[in-house]
Formats: sequence, structure tokens, C-alpha cells
Amino acid sequence: MNYNVDKKGYYGSFGGAFIPEMLYPNVEELRENYLKIINSESFQTEYKDLLRNYVGRPTPLYFAKRLSEKYNTNVYLKREDLCHTGAHKINNTIGQILIAKRMGKTRIIAETGAGQHGVATATACALMGMPCVVHMGAVDIERQKPNVERMKMLGAEVIPAMTGSKTLKDATNEALRDWINNPVDTFYIIGSVVGPHPYPDMVARLQAVISEEIMSELQTITGNPEPTHVIACVGGGSNAAGAFYHFLDRKNVELIAVEAAGEGIYSGYSAATTFLGKPGVLHGSKTLLMQTEDGQVVEPHSISAGLDYPGIGPMHAHLFETGRAKFISATDKEAFQAAFMLARTEGIIPALESAHAVAALETLTFKNSDVVVVNLSGRGDKDMMTYITRKEEFLTKN
Amino acid sequence: METTTKISNRLTELFQKKSNNLLNIYFTAGYPAINDTVTVLKALEKAGVDMVEIGMPYSDPVADGPIIQQSSLDSINNGMTIKTLLGQLKDIRKEVTIPILVMGYFNTVMQYGVEKFMQEISAIGIDGVILPDLPLDEYTEHYQTLCESHNISNVSLITPNTSDERLHVIDNITQGFIYMVSTNSTTGNDAKKTEDNHDAYFSRIKNMGLKSPRMIGFNIKNKETFEDACAYANGAIIGSAFVRMLSTSKNIEADIIQFVQRIKN
Repeated sequence: MNYNVDKKGYYGSFGGAFIPEMLYPNVEELRENYLKIINSESFQTEYKDLLRNYVGRPTPLYFAKRLSEKYNTNVYLKREDLCHTGAHKINNTIGQILIAKRMGKTRIIAETGAGQHGVATATACALMGMPCVVHMGAVDIERQKPNVERMKMLGAEVIPAMTGSKTLKDATNEALRDWINNPVDTFYIIGSVVGPHPYPDMVARLQAVISEEIMSELQTITGNPEPTHVIACVGGGSNAAGAFYHFLDRKNVELIAVEAAGEGIYSGYSAATTFLGKPGVLHGSKTLLMQTEDGQVVEPHSISAGLDYPGIGPMHAHLFETGRAKFISATDKEAFQAAFMLARTEGIIPALESAHAVAALETLTFKNSDVVVVNLSGRGDKDMMTYITRKEEFLTKN
Repeated sequence: METTTKISNRLTELFQKKSNNLLNIYFTAGYPAINDTVTVLKALEKAGVDMVEIGMPYSDPVADGPIIQQSSLDSINNGMTIKTLLGQLKDIRKEVTIPILVMGYFNTVMQYGVEKFMQEISAIGIDGVILPDLPLDEYTEHYQTLCESHNISNVSLITPNTSDERLHVIDNITQGFIYMVSTNSTTGNDAKKTEDNHDAYFSRIKNMGLKSPRMIGFNIKNKETFEDACAYANGAIIGSAFVRMLSTSKNIEADIIQFVQRIKN
């Protein structure tokens, strides 16, 4: 079984490039160049240097002693929360902006939900001295003000998406429309393993540094590069793609993807795509998609803006369909409680997205010999307002 | 691409009879009100348009600007679905003779069932489809035979950035017409004036000796832009400007007649 993308841009029956003809030349230009650039020595030298000296890689693989005692197993946290800007998102934006430069592009656009990818893109643009336009849903702009201000301070222009539900899905539509209107000079930095081929593969490759480091770190710590489990949260799925990447063909490693169940999978306020979605086409790829019987895309819900997306990347749809990864879910409440548990057990305040992965420790069972890696994709500073305002509601015992 | 089977329908026959100044009007199904679809269609034929393009609404129409986005959203909220639309058009060929195309995004057609969709629109007497996010290679690999066996013209788009090589591929598989997107833009983008080099693009295509008829669309909105486009192609397509007129109309039929007269006369 092949879990990577095939020559036509598909993962099994998912993927492809379902884009209007207006975007064909742009996407084709990227498709022809991305592997050549990524594999070039000049790219690798510059990318690795920036990851090391600017992003702060390698990030630690931390043996969480008290967490391990609590769950009677061996829990390791991959500390992507310690990356510059506070999440794994910057691995991708640094890589893509280096590709954009090598393709002669002079203007960068991006979409963002919670603002983490927007901040990571604005950061990369500031570093490279390139103009940056971030499309963000008007609703998200209201509820993620600090990240909006961070982007502006970094010199980015933040354009509110006023259409649809005014959240991530609509910001992505607006970024695609921006690209249609500015096809020649503009490079679109997509923030997750979504979009038309080659984006899912390109973003997965740029995030693959996560699993590459996990292997070498585990080798040093335990003498075996393979964990028994890798757990990551999935919205579009970029941190999971990175954490799974080098383990896809290592069948001894169980891959666990945690989706956001919102107020409950079947509550009508959920973003658990593999449970609620069926194959469809959105934002340029065929994937699992939450939609009505008539094919209209359904508004998802999650307490975590980064998981609040009605689809998943085509690679994950394929991992789900083939059973290579196990898909589970955590509710808003479970994630919230896991965040407080982690804060008080290990002194680490996780992002609400990453808290979904931590919550899986509670629902899964492990042997005491297991080696469980949880990808802690981001830190929780951006979520403090939510942690403060909803504490009463979620932490009371019932 | 040599395997293309030539089809014949109202659209291909129209281009045989008339080769210039063809006017195609786009409107969104079920808009302004759910039952306006047939009313608008009949008024357009009465007003003298040469063909129509009926939009099937989708929640995420990335190739469309604000006006068609809003009409699509209103249409969905009015309850429009493909099933409802095909029900409204069931007996349309008893009343309307001009070519009819349906335009929409691939996901809604995929959920309806592509084969069932092609069968049913063909049975009703619809002549063509425009699915902007169904890429050319997906079409040729999976759906070309299906469309041709049902006498449905699949209309492909080209843009100022489409390479000559790809233009020839598109020209070879086109049944009906090539949809020339006038500029690098979403639909109805007033801020984006026609390209500085629009003459160069329009002339380049005109002089390529393509065998397929060509219609120019996107940002065609009045007599001036219509006539300009017609100088380079067989006709032009008006969408957003027409939908904008519908959005404020108090008397749809009279306003449609007037709108079309202003373009054509």
C-alpha cells in the first residue's frame, strides 16, 4: 500500500487538483517545480539553517514523567509548541516562502483561521522582506484579536472575509479568489495539507521534519527509532501529516488522529469529518467533506479555531479509508480538561488544538511498555481568553 | 483526443446558423425567488437572447465574485437544489427553444451522481454544462464519453494565461464553444478593468485559427463591453450585471426585456 501521493496527485481515491482553469497555470507551475526546488542543495541548506537558527529546531522530544505515571505508560511530548511563533505552522511557511522566492514570486497571500498560520506567514514574509496579505474570516478577526495585531505588527495586511460563515472555509475561498485575480506575481502559502495537488504533498514534506526528528531523538533516548503510537490532532491535518510522515510505512507504529467532536460528534456542532463527512470536492481536492445531501458544505464547529474546518487533507482521508491511521475524536470539554490536566501535570499550557491530542491519552489504553508520542503542535497563549472565560463551564464536576 | 465523437444539439446548431453577436445571459436558478427560474428563462428568450446559462448554486463558488456569491447563497436559502431545478425545467422544451446550459461546481453534481445528472439533463433537453472546477484531465479521463453519449456539450474555460499548447487540446475536445475568460479575475469584478493587453489576448486567440466557436465572459456588463467582445469572438456572456439588475427588480419580465434591449440595440 502506498500512503504517499501518486503521479497524478492522488492518495488512493482522494486528492487531485479540482481548480478552475484560471488557476491551472499557477498550480501547474508549482507542480513542475516544487520537488526540484525542495530537493535542491541550495534550498536544503537555507531551509535547514533557518529551521535551526530561526525557528529553533530541533524541538525537544520530552519524556513526560508525571504524565507517564498517570497513564501507566511512556509518554513523550514532541514540543512543536516551542517553535518560533508558538506552533509547527512555521515549518511550512518558511519552506513555502523559500519556494516562492525561487519561483520569482513577489507577493504572498495566505488564509488563516485562528491566526496561527497567518502569523507564521507574516513572520516568514517579514524575514524575507516580501509583502503579505492574509485573508481571515470577519468572525475570526473578532475572536482572535491578538493574532490579528501580531500579523499587523509584522507588516501584513489582514483582509476580512465577509462571505459565508466568515470563518476559515471562507477565508480560503477569498485567498483562492485573490490568487485568481493576481495569478502572475502572487504565491499562495496554504497552511495545511489541503488544496489542489501539489499542496498536500508539499506541506506534508515541509512538516515531515517533525517525524524525522522524533525518530532520531527516540533512537538516542531508547535505542529504537520507532514509537508504538503517534498521536496528533487533525483539522486540515498538517501537524499530523508531519508527525506521521516517516512512520507511514512502518507498520509497527500505530498512527492515531484526533478530530474535534465539538459539542459531541452527532450534536450538530462538530468538526469530526471522518465520522460525519463523505467524499466531495472542496478547495481544490477530492476528500472527505462535511456536507448536506445536496452537496452544500456544512459549517463545522470546534472550540479550537484551528480544527474548525469541514474537511481533512486527502492524505488523511486515505489513511482513514485504508485503516492505516485510527481516527478518534475529542469533544470541546475533553480537550479543555486535557489542557488543564497537562498544565498542572507537566507545567505546559497547550494550544486548544493540541489539547485534543492530549485528550486521547484519557480514552485510549496503553501497555506499560508502550512508547507513546503525542505531537504537541502549539502552545496555549493564544487561547488564554477561552481558557479564562469557559473555565467555569468545563471544569465543574458533573 | 482524437476519440472525440461529434455531437449535435441546439448549441452546436446555433453556431452553424449564426456566428456573431451571440448573447448568452447567466442567471442563478431559484433567484430572486425559488420559482423565478422559468419566469426568467422565458423572459430571456422573449427578449431575444441567443442562449442562457443557468447557475446551480454552491456554498463555496471560488470562481465567482460577490454578486453571484450572494445570489447563490440566497438561492440555497430559498431551497434550491439540483433536484428542484430539474423538476422546474422538466417541461421547459414545450415553451423554450433556445440552447440552455447549466453551470455549477463539481461537488453538487458529484453528490447528485454525475451519470444520473447527465442522463436527466439530456432527457429534459439541456444542451451543455459548465463545471469550472472540473479540470480538463478529469473530464477527458472520466466524463467525456458520458457527456458525448448524452449529447451534452462540456464547455471549457480559457484565460489570458492559457498556453497555446493547452488551447489546442481544449479546441480539439470542445463541443459547443470555448469560454474565453476576459481577464485574470473572478466574475463581476468591477475593480479589475480589462487587461491593458486585452487586445493582444483577444487578437491572439482570434488569430489562432481555432475550429471551435468562442464566447467571451467575465466583466462583460453593457452594450460597450458586449460589442467590444463580439469584435473578437462569436459572442459574449453577461452574468453579474444581469444578476445585479434582478436583485433590485420590481418587475422581472419588463426589466429583463429592457436589459437585453439596451445590450442588443
